[in-house]
Amino acid sequence: MATQRIYEVMFIVDTSVTDDDITRLNENLQQIIKDQGGSITKVENMGRRQLAYPIGRKTDGFYVLFEVEGTGREIAELERRMRVNDQVLRYITVRVDEDRQRAEKFKAKRARKATRRASRGSTASSSRREAKETSSASEE
Amino acid sequence: MSRDYDDRDSIFEVEEEIERGGRGGGGGGRGGPGGRRMHRRKICRFCIEKVDLIDFKDVKLLQSYIPERGKILPRRISGACATHQRMLSEAIKRARNIALLPYATD
Repeated sequence: MATQRIYEVMFIVDTSVTDDDITRLNENLQQIIKDQGGSITKVENMGRRQLAYPIGRKTDGFYVLFEVEGTGREIAELERRMRVNDQVLRYITVRVDEDRQRAEKFKAKRARKATRRASRGSTASSSRREAKETSSASEE
Repeated sequence: MSRDYDDRDSIFEVEEEIERGGRGGGGGGRGGPGGRRMHRRKICRFCIEKVDLIDFKDVKLLQSYIPERGKILPRRISGACATHQRMLSEAIKRARNIALLPYATD
C-alpha cells in the first residue's frame, strides 16, 4: 500500500453560477476523490470573497477548501477535472502532513525541554531546602 | 522603493520604543554617533509566540507582512528569524497564487 498523505486543496468557483451549481460541483469533486480511493476529512466553504486581483475578468469568487487523505492519485484526477472545468477559476494543492509532523516535533521538543527545566528547577530548590534544614538542625 | 518600507519600519520602531519604556531601559536609542542608526536587536515575533506553522489561509496575519506595494516585508525590518521568514514567504506566495493576496498593488 502506498503511503497515505494529507493534502489541502483550495479552489475558487465562479460566482456567476448559482449556489446549487456550486454544491453540485462540490459533491461531484468529492465523489471523484472517493472513487479514486481517497477520503475527505474536512470540507470548508469559505464563502464569497473579493479576489486580490482579477482572474479572467472576474473580481470575486467562491472559496472552497478540502482536506483530503490519500495516496496522490485522487489529487491528480481532481486537478485534471478542475483544470477542465470552467467554473473553477483556480485551485491550489498543498501537502500538509510533512509540515504538520514537523510542527508536532517542535512542539514535543519544547514540551520535553519545559518538563526537564521544571524538574531540574524543583530538584534544585528541594536540595536547597534540604540544605537549609540540615543547617538549622545543626544550629539546634 | 524604500519608501513603502520606511513607514512600516516606523511602526515597528514605535512598538519597540514602547517596550523599551516599559522595561525602563535607557532612552534615546535613535541616532548613534555620526547620524548612524543604533543597532537594536529585533526579536522574532513567531518565536516568542511559538508558532510552528504559518498557514497560507491566514490572510489577516500575512497581510501585516505585506506593505502597500504588496511586497514581502524583509527580515531586516520584520525581525523574523530565518526559519519563520521562510515559512512566511512560502505562505505569502501560496496565498498570492490563490488570489488571497495581491502580487502587486500600486
